[in-house]
Amino acid sequence: MSNIPHLLVHDHEDNVGVVVVEGLTAGTEMFCCVTHDNSTFTLTAGADVPIGHKIALKDLKDGDTAVKYGEDIGKVIADIPKGEHVHTHNCKTKRW
Amino acid sequence: MASKYSNITVKGFRRENGRVGVRNHVLILPVDDISNAACEAVANNVKGTMAIPHAYGRLQFGEDLEVHFRTMIGTGSNANIHSVVVIGIEPDWTKRIADGIRETGKEVAEFSIEQKGDFETIRAASWAAKDFVHKATEIQREECSISELWVSTKCGESDTTTGLGSCPTVGNMYDKLLPEGITGFFGETSEITGAEHICQKRAINEEVGERWYKMWKAYQDDVIFAHQTDDLSDSQPTKGNILGGLTTIEEKALGNLEKIGRTSQYIDILDPAEQPNSGKGLYFMDSSSAAAECVTLMAAGGAVIHTFPTGQGNVVGNPIVPVIKITANPRTVRTMGEHIDVDVSGILRRDQTIDEAGDALIDMIRRTANGRNTAAEALGHREFSMTKLYRSA
Repeated sequence: MSNIPHLLVHDHEDNVGVVVVEGLTAGTEMFCCVTHDNSTFTLTAGADVPIGHKIALKDLKDGDTAVKYGEDIGKVIADIPKGEHVHTHNCKTKRW
Repeated sequence: MASKYSNITVKGFRRENGRVGVRNHVLILPVDDISNAACEAVANNVKGTMAIPHAYGRLQFGEDLEVHFRTMIGTGSNANIHSVVVIGIEPDWTKRIADGIRETGKEVAEFSIEQKGDFETIRAASWAAKDFVHKATEIQREECSISELWVSTKCGESDTTTGLGSCPTVGNMYDKLLPEGITGFFGETSEITGAEHICQKRAINEEVGERWYKMWKAYQDDVIFAHQTDDLSDSQPTKGNILGGLTTIEEKALGNLEKIGRTSQYIDILDPAEQPNSGKGLYFMDSSSAAAECVTLMAAGGAVIHTFPTGQGNVVGNPIVPVIKITANPRTVRTMGEHIDVDVSGILRRDQTIDEAGDALIDMIRRTANGRNTAAEALGHREFSMTKLYRSA
Protein backbone atom coordinates (compact mmCIF):
# COMPACT_ATOMS: atom_id res chain seq x y z
CA MET A 1 0.00 0.00 0.00
CA SER A 2 1.50 3.33 -1.01
CA ASN A 3 -0.29 5.56 1.50
CA ILE A 4 0.23 5.19 5.23
CA PRO A 5 -3.21 5.06 6.86
CA HIS A 6 -4.29 7.45 9.63
CA LEU A 7 -7.08 5.18 10.80
CA LEU A 8 -7.52 1.40 10.86
CA VAL A 9 -10.87 -0.39 11.08
CA HIS A 10 -11.03 -4.11 11.91
CA ASP A 11 -14.29 -5.10 10.24
CA HIS A 12 -16.90 -3.70 7.82
CA GLU A 13 -19.57 -3.93 10.54
CA ASP A 14 -17.57 -1.66 12.87
CA ASN A 15 -18.78 1.85 13.69
CA VAL A 16 -15.49 2.96 15.26
CA GLY A 17 -11.89 2.98 13.97
CA VAL A 18 -8.45 3.39 15.61
CA VAL A 19 -6.05 6.28 15.03
CA VAL A 20 -2.64 4.79 14.18
CA VAL A 21 -0.54 7.93 13.69
CA GLU A 22 0.80 10.38 16.25
CA GLY A 23 -0.32 14.03 16.30
CA LEU A 24 -3.58 13.70 14.36
CA THR A 25 -5.33 17.11 14.28
CA ALA A 26 -8.97 18.11 13.76
CA GLY A 27 -9.83 18.68 10.11
CA THR A 28 -7.34 16.11 8.77
CA GLU A 29 -8.69 14.23 5.78
CA MET A 30 -7.89 10.75 7.10
CA PHE A 31 -6.88 7.88 4.85
CA CYS A 32 -8.65 4.87 6.40
CA CYS A 33 -8.16 1.14 5.87
CA VAL A 34 -10.32 -1.84 6.82
CA THR A 35 -7.79 -4.51 7.84
CA HIS A 36 -10.18 -7.37 7.05
CA ASP A 37 -9.78 -6.87 3.27
CA ASN A 38 -7.51 -3.78 2.93
CA SER A 39 -10.37 -1.72 1.44
CA THR A 40 -9.95 2.01 1.96
CA PHE A 41 -12.04 5.17 2.43
CA THR A 42 -11.57 8.73 3.66
CA LEU A 43 -13.03 10.49 6.70
CA THR A 44 -12.47 13.95 8.22
CA ALA A 45 -11.20 13.96 11.82
CA GLY A 46 -13.53 16.02 14.04
CA ALA A 47 -11.03 16.45 16.87
CA ASP A 48 -7.34 16.15 17.81
CA VAL A 49 -7.25 12.45 18.67
CA PRO A 50 -4.17 10.69 20.14
CA ILE A 51 -2.67 7.55 18.59
CA GLY A 52 -4.56 4.44 19.70
CA HIS A 53 -7.81 6.27 20.41
CA LYS A 54 -11.04 5.72 18.50
CA ILE A 55 -13.06 7.82 16.08
CA ALA A 56 -16.75 7.38 15.17
CA LEU A 57 -17.23 6.24 11.56
CA LYS A 58 -20.82 7.52 11.53
CA ASP A 59 -23.15 9.57 13.73
CA LEU A 60 -23.76 7.58 16.94
CA LYS A 61 -26.70 8.21 19.26
CA ASP A 62 -26.97 7.86 23.04
CA GLY A 63 -28.00 4.23 23.63
CA ASP A 64 -26.37 2.84 20.48
CA THR A 65 -23.93 -0.08 20.65
CA ALA A 66 -20.29 0.59 19.76
CA VAL A 67 -19.05 -2.12 17.37
CA LYS A 68 -15.40 -3.11 16.82
CA TYR A 69 -14.00 -6.46 15.57
CA GLY A 70 -17.61 -6.85 14.35
CA GLU A 71 -18.54 -7.30 18.03
CA ASP A 72 -20.31 -5.35 20.79
CA ILE A 73 -17.71 -3.37 22.78
CA GLY A 74 -20.11 -1.32 24.93
CA LYS A 75 -22.88 1.25 24.97
CA VAL A 76 -22.76 4.79 23.63
CA ILE A 77 -23.78 7.16 26.49
CA ALA A 78 -23.83 10.50 24.61
CA ASP A 79 -24.45 11.50 21.01
CA ILE A 80 -21.19 11.27 19.01
CA PRO A 81 -20.99 12.97 15.60
CA LYS A 82 -19.17 11.18 12.78
CA GLY A 83 -15.40 11.86 12.95
CA GLU A 84 -15.40 12.62 16.70
CA HIS A 85 -13.36 11.03 19.49
CA VAL A 86 -14.95 7.93 21.10
CA HIS A 87 -13.72 7.08 24.60
CA THR A 88 -14.72 6.77 28.27
CA HIS A 89 -16.56 10.14 28.22
CA ASN A 90 -19.13 8.86 25.70
CA CYS A 91 -18.88 5.05 25.70
CA LYS A 92 -19.15 2.57 28.57
CA THR A 93 -18.97 -1.18 29.27
CA LYS A 94 -22.19 -3.22 29.42
CA ARG A 95 -20.51 -5.47 32.04
CA TRP A 96 -19.51 -4.66 35.59
CA MET B 1 2.33 -32.45 7.09
CA ALA B 2 5.76 -30.82 6.87
CA SER B 3 5.81 -27.04 6.66
CA LYS B 4 8.63 -24.51 6.49
CA TYR B 5 8.49 -24.47 10.31
CA SER B 6 8.99 -28.23 10.72
CA ASN B 7 12.76 -28.17 10.35
CA ILE B 8 13.57 -25.25 12.66
CA THR B 9 16.00 -26.38 15.33
CA VAL B 10 17.25 -24.69 18.47
CA LYS B 11 20.15 -25.34 20.81
CA GLY B 12 18.55 -26.19 24.14
CA PHE B 13 19.22 -28.07 27.34
CA ARG B 14 17.60 -31.49 27.37
CA ARG B 15 16.67 -32.43 30.94
CA GLU B 16 16.47 -35.78 32.70
CA ASN B 17 12.72 -36.02 32.05
CA GLY B 18 13.10 -35.26 28.33
CA ARG B 19 11.86 -31.67 28.52
CA VAL B 20 13.80 -28.94 26.69
CA GLY B 21 14.97 -25.80 28.47
CA VAL B 22 16.51 -22.66 26.97
CA ARG B 23 18.29 -21.40 30.10
CA ASN B 24 20.41 -23.26 32.65
CA HIS B 25 19.79 -21.64 36.03
CA VAL B 26 20.91 -22.90 39.42
CA LEU B 27 17.98 -21.78 41.52
CA ILE B 28 18.01 -20.88 45.23
CA LEU B 29 14.34 -21.30 46.14
CA PRO B 30 12.82 -20.01 49.40
CA VAL B 31 9.88 -22.07 50.69
CA ASP B 32 8.59 -19.04 52.60
CA ASP B 33 9.09 -15.30 53.09
CA ILE B 34 11.33 -15.66 56.16
CA SER B 35 13.81 -17.82 54.25
CA ASN B 36 14.44 -15.12 51.64
CA ALA B 37 17.44 -13.66 53.51
CA ALA B 38 19.27 -17.01 53.67
CA CYS B 39 18.57 -17.65 49.96
CA GLU B 40 19.86 -14.23 48.97
CA ALA B 41 22.99 -14.77 51.08
CA VAL B 42 23.68 -18.09 49.30
CA ALA B 43 23.16 -16.44 45.89
CA ASN B 44 25.58 -13.72 46.94
CA ASN B 45 28.19 -16.28 48.06
CA VAL B 46 27.99 -18.42 44.93
CA LYS B 47 28.13 -16.62 41.58
CA GLY B 48 26.02 -18.07 38.79
CA THR B 49 23.10 -18.89 41.09
CA MET B 50 19.84 -17.01 41.42
CA ALA B 51 17.59 -16.53 44.47
CA ILE B 52 13.92 -15.73 43.87
CA PRO B 53 12.57 -14.09 47.04
CA HIS B 54 8.79 -13.85 47.45
CA ALA B 55 6.22 -12.73 50.00
CA TYR B 56 4.34 -15.89 51.03
CA GLY B 57 4.47 -19.46 52.29
CA ARG B 58 3.38 -19.27 55.94
CA LEU B 59 -0.04 -20.11 57.43
CA GLN B 60 -1.65 -20.66 54.04
CA PHE B 61 -4.28 -23.39 53.83
CA GLY B 62 -6.69 -25.12 51.45
CA GLU B 63 -6.58 -24.31 47.73
CA ASP B 64 -4.42 -21.24 48.41
CA LEU B 65 -1.73 -23.50 49.91
CA GLU B 66 -2.04 -25.89 46.95
CA VAL B 67 -1.39 -22.99 44.54
CA HIS B 68 1.67 -22.11 46.65
CA PHE B 69 3.06 -25.66 46.49
CA ARG B 70 2.29 -25.98 42.76
CA THR B 71 4.05 -22.67 42.06
CA MET B 72 7.13 -23.60 44.11
CA ILE B 73 7.42 -27.14 42.74
CA GLY B 74 6.57 -26.05 39.20
CA THR B 75 9.13 -23.25 39.23
CA GLY B 76 11.88 -25.58 40.44
CA SER B 77 10.81 -28.23 37.92
CA ASN B 78 10.91 -25.87 34.92
CA ALA B 79 13.22 -27.11 32.15
CA ASN B 80 15.10 -23.77 32.28
CA ILE B 81 16.40 -24.86 35.71
CA HIS B 82 19.46 -27.11 36.03
CA SER B 83 19.31 -27.77 39.77
CA VAL B 84 17.76 -26.31 42.90
CA VAL B 85 18.73 -25.45 46.48
CA VAL B 86 15.52 -25.28 48.55
CA ILE B 87 15.57 -23.43 51.88
CA GLY B 88 12.62 -23.22 54.30
CA ILE B 89 12.13 -22.38 57.94
CA GLU B 90 11.10 -25.94 58.91
CA PRO B 91 11.86 -29.34 57.35
CA ASP B 92 8.40 -30.70 56.40
CA TRP B 93 7.17 -28.26 53.75
CA THR B 94 10.78 -27.85 52.60
CA LYS B 95 10.94 -31.60 51.94
CA ARG B 96 7.57 -31.62 50.22
CA ILE B 97 8.75 -28.99 47.73
CA ALA B 98 12.21 -30.54 47.27
CA ASP B 99 10.71 -34.00 46.67
CA GLY B 100 8.20 -32.54 44.20
CA ILE B 101 11.05 -31.06 42.15
CA ARG B 102 13.10 -34.31 42.44
CA GLU B 103 10.40 -36.12 40.45
CA THR B 104 11.83 -34.43 37.33
CA GLY B 105 15.19 -36.12 37.96
CA LYS B 106 16.93 -32.83 38.73
CA GLU B 107 19.44 -32.55 41.55
CA VAL B 108 17.88 -30.84 44.56
CA ALA B 109 19.46 -30.02 47.95
CA GLU B 110 17.20 -29.00 50.84
CA PHE B 111 17.93 -27.09 54.02
CA SER B 112 15.79 -25.90 56.92
CA ILE B 113 16.71 -23.10 59.27
CA GLU B 114 15.12 -24.00 62.63
CA GLN B 115 17.64 -25.24 65.24
CA LYS B 116 20.51 -24.16 62.99
CA GLY B 117 20.08 -20.46 62.25
CA ASP B 118 20.89 -18.54 59.10
CA PHE B 119 24.70 -18.84 59.41
CA GLU B 120 24.87 -22.64 59.50
CA THR B 121 22.13 -22.98 56.86
CA ILE B 122 23.87 -20.53 54.52
CA ARG B 123 27.22 -22.31 55.00
CA ALA B 124 25.84 -25.75 54.14
CA ALA B 125 23.59 -24.48 51.32
CA SER B 126 26.46 -22.53 49.76
CA TRP B 127 28.53 -25.71 49.43
CA ALA B 128 25.63 -27.43 47.65
CA ALA B 129 25.03 -24.42 45.41
CA LYS B 130 28.72 -24.28 44.43
CA ASP B 131 28.67 -27.97 43.51
CA PHE B 132 25.56 -27.37 41.32
CA VAL B 133 27.21 -24.42 39.55
CA HIS B 134 30.21 -26.54 38.57
CA LYS B 135 27.90 -29.21 37.16
CA ALA B 136 25.59 -26.74 35.39
CA THR B 137 28.45 -24.93 33.69
CA GLU B 138 29.85 -28.16 32.28
CA ILE B 139 26.76 -29.27 30.39
CA GLN B 140 26.34 -28.31 26.74
CA ARG B 141 23.42 -27.13 24.67
CA GLU B 142 22.22 -29.70 22.15
CA GLU B 143 20.12 -29.60 19.01
CA CYS B 144 16.37 -29.81 19.64
CA SER B 145 13.33 -29.21 17.48
CA ILE B 146 11.46 -25.92 17.94
CA SER B 147 8.39 -28.14 18.40
CA GLU B 148 9.77 -29.26 21.78
CA LEU B 149 9.41 -25.76 23.25
CA TRP B 150 6.61 -24.82 25.65
CA VAL B 151 5.64 -21.23 24.84
CA SER B 152 3.25 -19.09 26.88
CA THR B 153 1.60 -15.75 26.18
CA LYS B 154 0.01 -12.94 28.11
CA CYS B 155 -0.22 -9.30 27.04
CA GLY B 156 0.18 -6.20 29.18
CA GLU B 157 -0.31 -2.44 29.16
CA SER B 158 -2.50 -3.19 26.19
CA ASP B 159 -3.98 -0.54 23.95
CA THR B 160 -5.81 -0.64 20.66
CA THR B 161 -2.57 -1.40 18.80
CA THR B 162 -2.22 -4.75 20.62
CA GLY B 163 -5.50 -5.93 19.12
CA LEU B 164 -4.42 -4.67 15.69
CA GLY B 165 -0.80 -5.84 15.66
CA SER B 166 1.09 -7.50 18.50
CA CYS B 167 -1.63 -9.92 19.69
CA PRO B 168 -2.42 -11.15 16.14
CA THR B 169 1.36 -11.63 15.71
CA VAL B 170 1.38 -14.05 18.65
CA GLY B 171 -1.79 -15.67 17.28
CA ASN B 172 -0.13 -16.18 13.93
CA MET B 173 2.87 -17.80 15.68
CA TYR B 174 0.54 -20.22 17.50
CA ASP B 175 -1.38 -21.01 14.30
CA LYS B 176 1.97 -21.98 12.71
CA LEU B 177 3.78 -23.70 15.62
CA LEU B 178 0.97 -25.53 17.45
CA PRO B 179 0.48 -27.85 14.44
CA GLU B 180 4.24 -28.57 14.66
CA GLY B 181 3.76 -29.87 18.20
CA ILE B 182 4.66 -27.08 20.60
CA THR B 183 2.77 -26.74 23.87
CA GLY B 184 1.16 -23.34 24.42
CA PHE B 185 -0.43 -21.46 27.30
CA PHE B 186 -2.83 -18.52 27.39
CA GLY B 187 -5.07 -17.32 30.21
CA GLU B 188 -6.02 -14.05 31.97
CA THR B 189 -9.48 -15.13 33.15
CA SER B 190 -10.87 -11.66 33.96
CA GLU B 191 -9.67 -10.30 30.66
CA ILE B 192 -11.81 -12.61 28.55
CA THR B 193 -14.93 -10.82 29.80
CA GLY B 194 -16.69 -9.48 26.74
CA ALA B 195 -15.25 -12.20 24.50
CA GLU B 196 -16.29 -15.24 26.54
CA HIS B 197 -18.78 -16.34 23.86
CA ILE B 198 -15.89 -16.48 21.37
CA CYS B 199 -13.40 -18.08 23.78
CA GLN B 200 -15.81 -20.86 24.68
CA LYS B 201 -16.13 -21.75 21.00
CA ARG B 202 -12.36 -22.01 20.58
CA ALA B 203 -12.25 -25.16 22.74
CA ILE B 204 -11.36 -28.43 20.99
CA ASN B 205 -14.84 -29.77 21.81
CA GLU B 206 -18.05 -28.83 23.59
CA GLU B 207 -17.13 -30.56 26.86
CA VAL B 208 -13.89 -28.56 27.22
CA GLY B 209 -15.74 -25.37 26.21
CA GLU B 210 -18.35 -25.94 28.90
CA ARG B 211 -15.70 -26.55 31.54
CA TRP B 212 -13.98 -23.36 30.40
CA TYR B 213 -17.21 -21.36 30.71
CA LYS B 214 -17.88 -22.73 34.21
CA MET B 215 -14.39 -21.70 35.30
CA TRP B 216 -14.81 -18.21 33.81
CA LYS B 217 -18.29 -17.79 35.38
CA ALA B 218 -17.05 -18.95 38.79
CA TYR B 219 -14.37 -16.27 38.65
CA GLN B 220 -17.00 -13.62 37.82
CA ASP B 221 -19.28 -14.72 40.66
CA ASP B 222 -16.80 -15.67 43.38
CA VAL B 223 -14.17 -12.99 42.85
CA ILE B 224 -15.44 -10.03 40.83
CA PHE B 225 -19.01 -9.79 42.11
CA ALA B 226 -18.05 -10.88 45.64
CA HIS B 227 -15.36 -8.23 46.10
CA GLN B 228 -16.15 -5.34 43.78
CA THR B 229 -16.78 -1.94 45.37
CA ASP B 230 -17.71 -0.15 42.17
CA ASP B 231 -18.01 -1.11 38.52
CA LEU B 232 -14.31 -2.08 38.17
CA SER B 233 -13.91 0.49 35.41
CA ASP B 234 -10.73 1.80 37.07
CA SER B 235 -9.07 -1.64 37.17
CA GLN B 236 -10.23 -3.40 34.00
CA PRO B 237 -9.37 -1.71 31.66
CA THR B 238 -6.43 -0.29 33.65
CA LYS B 239 -5.54 3.40 33.70
CA GLY B 240 -2.72 2.60 31.25
CA ASN B 241 -5.13 0.81 28.90
CA ILE B 242 -7.46 3.84 28.95
CA LEU B 243 -4.59 6.25 28.23
CA GLY B 244 -3.80 4.03 25.26
CA GLY B 245 -7.33 4.34 23.92
CA LEU B 246 -9.06 1.18 25.21
CA THR B 247 -12.50 2.14 26.51
CA THR B 248 -14.19 -1.02 27.83
CA ILE B 249 -13.37 -4.53 29.06
CA GLU B 250 -15.19 -5.94 26.02
CA GLU B 251 -12.87 -4.07 23.65
CA LYS B 252 -9.82 -5.17 25.65
CA ALA B 253 -10.97 -8.81 25.74
CA LEU B 254 -11.52 -8.99 21.98
CA GLY B 255 -7.99 -7.69 21.40
CA ASN B 256 -6.58 -10.05 24.01
CA LEU B 257 -8.12 -13.10 22.35
CA GLU B 258 -6.31 -12.26 19.09
CA LYS B 259 -3.35 -14.02 20.78
CA ILE B 260 -4.77 -17.45 19.89
CA GLY B 261 -4.91 -16.64 16.22
CA ARG B 262 -7.45 -17.79 13.67
CA THR B 263 -7.33 -21.58 13.86
CA SER B 264 -5.82 -22.55 17.22
CA GLN B 265 -8.04 -24.42 19.69
CA TYR B 266 -7.32 -25.12 23.35
CA ILE B 267 -7.35 -28.75 24.38
CA ASP B 268 -7.72 -28.40 28.16
CA ILE B 269 -7.99 -26.03 31.11
CA LEU B 270 -5.36 -25.72 33.84
CA ASP B 271 -5.66 -24.53 37.42
CA PRO B 272 -3.18 -21.77 38.37
CA ALA B 273 0.41 -23.13 38.09
CA GLU B 274 -0.84 -26.59 37.03
CA GLN B 275 1.34 -28.56 34.59
CA PRO B 276 -0.33 -29.78 31.39
CA ASN B 277 -0.96 -33.52 31.16
CA SER B 278 -3.27 -33.87 28.16
CA GLY B 279 -0.50 -33.96 25.58
CA LYS B 280 0.83 -31.38 23.13
CA GLY B 281 -1.36 -28.42 22.28
CA LEU B 282 -2.76 -25.16 23.61
CA TYR B 283 -3.97 -24.82 27.22
CA PHE B 284 -6.00 -22.14 28.98
CA MET B 285 -4.62 -21.48 32.46
CA ASP B 286 -6.98 -19.92 35.00
CA SER B 287 -4.84 -16.92 35.95
CA SER B 288 -4.74 -13.29 36.96
CA SER B 289 -4.33 -10.66 34.26
CA ALA B 290 -1.60 -8.95 36.31
CA ALA B 291 1.58 -9.39 34.26
CA ALA B 292 4.08 -10.70 36.81
CA GLU B 293 1.56 -13.02 38.48
CA CYS B 294 0.45 -14.51 35.19
CA VAL B 295 3.96 -15.05 33.79
CA THR B 296 5.02 -16.62 37.12
CA LEU B 297 2.07 -19.07 37.02
CA MET B 298 2.73 -20.06 33.39
CA ALA B 299 6.44 -20.56 34.13
CA ALA B 300 5.42 -22.85 37.01
CA GLY B 301 3.20 -24.69 34.52
CA GLY B 302 6.32 -25.42 32.47
CA ALA B 303 6.57 -22.67 29.82
CA VAL B 304 10.22 -22.02 28.89
CA ILE B 305 9.66 -18.93 26.71
CA HIS B 306 7.00 -16.25 27.16
CA THR B 307 5.70 -14.03 24.34
CA PHE B 308 4.41 -10.71 25.63
CA PRO B 309 2.54 -8.27 23.39
CA THR B 310 2.41 -4.73 24.75
CA GLY B 311 0.90 -1.49 23.55
CA GLN B 312 1.72 1.29 26.00
CA GLY B 313 4.90 -0.48 27.16
CA ASN B 314 4.88 -3.04 29.99
CA VAL B 315 8.42 -3.67 31.29
CA VAL B 316 7.84 -7.05 33.04
CA GLY B 317 10.35 -9.89 33.08
CA ASN B 318 10.66 -13.21 34.87
CA PRO B 319 13.65 -14.74 36.69
CA ILE B 320 13.56 -18.15 35.00
CA VAL B 321 11.76 -17.60 31.68
CA PRO B 322 12.86 -15.18 28.95
CA VAL B 323 10.02 -12.76 28.16
CA ILE B 324 9.92 -11.61 24.52
CA LYS B 325 8.24 -8.19 24.14
CA ILE B 326 6.34 -7.38 20.98
CA THR B 327 4.76 -4.04 20.16
CA ALA B 328 2.97 -2.52 17.19
CA ASN B 329 2.78 0.95 18.74
CA PRO B 330 5.32 3.24 16.99
CA ARG B 331 5.25 5.69 19.92
CA THR B 332 6.25 2.90 22.34
CA VAL B 333 9.05 1.83 19.97
CA ARG B 334 10.26 5.45 20.00
CA THR B 335 9.91 6.14 23.74
CA MET B 336 10.62 2.69 25.29
CA GLY B 337 12.71 0.96 22.64
CA GLU B 338 15.04 -0.62 25.21
CA HIS B 339 12.17 -2.91 26.30
CA ILE B 340 11.11 -4.14 22.87
CA ASP B 341 12.41 -7.32 21.21
CA VAL B 342 10.11 -7.48 18.18
CA ASP B 343 8.88 -4.26 16.53
CA VAL B 344 5.76 -4.96 14.44
CA SER B 345 4.68 -1.33 14.01
CA GLY B 346 4.84 -1.94 10.26
CA ILE B 347 1.45 -3.64 10.63
CA LEU B 348 -0.13 -0.26 11.46
CA ARG B 349 1.57 1.36 8.44
CA ARG B 350 0.30 -1.59 6.33
CA ASP B 351 3.84 -2.30 5.15
CA GLN B 352 4.09 -5.53 7.18
CA THR B 353 1.54 -8.34 7.11
CA ILE B 354 0.46 -10.37 10.16
CA ASP B 355 2.03 -13.37 8.41
CA GLU B 356 5.40 -11.59 8.15
CA ALA B 357 5.15 -10.40 11.76
CA GLY B 358 4.40 -13.97 12.91
CA ASP B 359 7.52 -15.19 11.09
CA ALA B 360 9.58 -12.43 12.75
CA LEU B 361 8.33 -13.59 16.16
CA ILE B 362 9.10 -17.24 15.39
CA ASP B 363 12.62 -16.20 14.44
CA MET B 364 12.97 -14.30 17.73
CA ILE B 365 11.73 -17.37 19.62
CA ARG B 366 14.41 -19.41 17.82
CA ARG B 367 17.15 -16.88 18.65
CA THR B 368 15.98 -16.56 22.27
CA ALA B 369 15.95 -20.34 22.65
CA ASN B 370 19.51 -20.41 21.28
CA GLY B 371 20.60 -18.07 24.06
CA ARG B 372 19.95 -14.48 22.96
CA ASN B 373 19.07 -12.48 26.06
CA THR B 374 15.75 -10.68 25.82
CA ALA B 375 15.37 -6.98 26.62
CA ALA B 376 13.85 -7.91 29.99
CA GLU B 377 16.82 -10.18 30.79
CA ALA B 378 19.34 -7.53 29.75
CA LEU B 379 17.57 -4.94 31.90
CA GLY B 380 17.38 -7.24 34.93
CA HIS B 381 13.61 -7.60 35.11
CA ARG B 382 13.07 -10.65 37.33
CA GLU B 383 9.55 -10.16 38.69
CA PHE B 384 8.55 -13.31 40.57
CA SER B 385 5.01 -12.78 41.91
CA MET B 386 3.13 -15.52 43.71
CA THR B 387 -0.65 -15.69 43.30
CA LYS B 388 -2.54 -15.61 46.61
CA LEU B 389 -6.19 -16.63 46.62
CA TYR B 390 -7.23 -15.40 50.10
CA ARG B 391 -5.97 -14.34 53.56
CA SER B 392 -3.71 -16.74 55.45
CA ALA B 393 -4.78 -18.30 58.75
